[in-house]
Amino acid sequence: MLAVRDLGWGFASRRVGEAVSFTLERGETLALLGGNGAGKTTLLRTLLGLLPPLAGRVEIDGVGVASMAPAARAMRIAYVPQQHVPAYGFSVEDTVLMGRASRLPAFARPGPADREIALQSLATLGIAALARRRVTELSGGERQLVLIARALAQQAGIVLLDEPTASLDFGNRVRVLRELDRLRAQGLTIVFSTHEPDHALVHADRALLLEGGRPLALDTVANALTVHNIERLYHTPVRVIDAGGRRVCVPADDGEGVRR
Amino acid sequence: MPLDASSMTDRGDAKRFGRSTLAFSGGVVALVALVVVAVSSGRYPLSMSRIAAGLLHGFSHDRAGTTAESVLWQIRLPRIALACLVGAGLSAAGAAFQHLFRNPLVAPDTLGVSSGAALGAVAAIYAGAGAALAGAAAFGGGLATVALVIALASRIPAQDRLLTLVLIGVVVASLMGAAVSLMKVVADPYNQLPAITFWLMGSFAAAAWDQVAAAGIAIVLALFVLAALAWRIDLLALPDDEARSLGVHASRLRAVVVAAATVATATSVAVCGIIGWVGLVVPHMARMVAGPGFSRMLPVAALFGAIFMLAIDTLARTATPAELPPGVLTAFIGTPVFVALLARRSA
Repeated sequence: MLAVRDLGWGFASRRVGEAVSFTLERGETLALLGGNGAGKTTLLRTLLGLLPPLAGRVEIDGVGVASMAPAARAMRIAYVPQQHVPAYGFSVEDTVLMGRASRLPAFARPGPADREIALQSLATLGIAALARRRVTELSGGERQLVLIARALAQQAGIVLLDEPTASLDFGNRVRVLRELDRLRAQGLTIVFSTHEPDHALVHADRALLLEGGRPLALDTVANALTVHNIERLYHTPVRVIDAGGRRVCVPADDGEGVRR
Repeated sequence: MPLDASSMTDRGDAKRFGRSTLAFSGGVVALVALVVVAVSSGRYPLSMSRIAAGLLHGFSHDRAGTTAESVLWQIRLPRIALACLVGAGLSAAGAAFQHLFRNPLVAPDTLGVSSGAALGAVAAIYAGAGAALAGAAAFGGGLATVALVIALASRIPAQDRLLTLVLIGVVVASLMGAAVSLMKVVADPYNQLPAITFWLMGSFAAAAWDQVAAAGIAIVLALFVLAALAWRIDLLALPDDEARSLGVHASRLRAVVVAAATVATATSVAVCGIIGWVGLVVPHMARMVAGPGFSRMLPVAALFGAIFMLAIDTLARTATPAELPPGVLTAFIGTPVFVALLARRSA
């Protein structure tokens, strides 16, 4: 269980956001939305314990994240960062094995059991065939799946993903989101940030909308992602329509152009 | 599915493992051959039979002082051992720093250890100290400079802490360089300046067993620390947030790696002066054959460093009647290699 109580986050020199409280149970998914610079990544870093909270608390099963040792934290909460091309071309298998670091003593190397878990994680995401490739040679979508596999190898109950579909083509987006749904069905607690209201509507239970570092809405996706709230968040007119049982958000071209 | 997947990677591992093992075994053979060449060649040539006799005799306790034996035991062997140690130490330190800074173009002296060691040694020579004291001053100067760079960088709040660290390293190194230049101007041009210049260009000519012992302990210890942490050091090549979210105490691990690499580099500079390029170029070659994984790459990098340094030093003392400074030869070879790598990287 991930509990956030009256959290204020940011840096010592600059507060980025405040007044966020929520509790996520096992198997629940929270989508994090907000314009560029709304403080999404900084909030995720604070939830991960990478940044100390400026106010309030982040707790996993009742224990404060900020006071946990790095390895203890990594066993409970995993992170899929915004993807990037790594400095060195480690193999996919070696990259996923890095997810085992929190379970190994300082001088140890991963053993056959860790290798098995890494391969299982790759198989879960359907990319076992990539095991021997170098991460620098992969496409953006494949690399994103490798980072998710690494998070799975951590065997943590909570996974945080920072814009997991950004800069992916349409097919890869669908693939990544489908995997998220499967992980959620398996009981993982998931928080992901996104710029796509559609992704939140379909793939999350609840949504947190951040505007200027404060929650604009925090509710079930249906209640949070209203036309009013989306327009306020992105300063552009939209319509939420029904497309074969799915609610999707489209730009509303009402002839007036972009309203501010 | 798992069965299929694991058999597949076993083959992949075998291939990669095979490749770095092959490179390592080939390197060992090359090093042994090179040692034989290095022992036999020089101003006083030694035949194989004399080397064999000298070696055997050296292990019995009455060392008769024939010229051949003293050349072998007092000059060639300590020099060869020191060159190998320094080469291995510089290359391993460079490999560690390139991982740490996530940049294949940094060198072991990126945090100013060499220029700090230079200032320490030059100041000691200026103050009238002998070679041993100058070496100790170099070691101290190198460690103190890295400590200063880290202390300064940690006081500057920045998003990209590693970049700040490298920038502070560069400016502090140039400050040390200016101080060295100043001391060269004020030094006694007949007694001190030649010693300073000789030292700044690096040389193994004064190698002796006590140096080998001191450098051996420090460098082997540093290599041992790096090897023990090798798997975890791979995680330092990831962005900081990632390494930490994977459960690595990144700042603590980085401090240990910087300390080990700095001890290896400062020791090298203390025993043979400044020899550049080894720590920059040789890790690249190791990465090309063994891949980027630090646990597979480190032994290859250390071995290649020993081979490279011994080859350079043997060339330096046999190519021309007067000895060439090895630092000059490494730069002559290192510069074109570095430019070629840069071109490849940006292509």
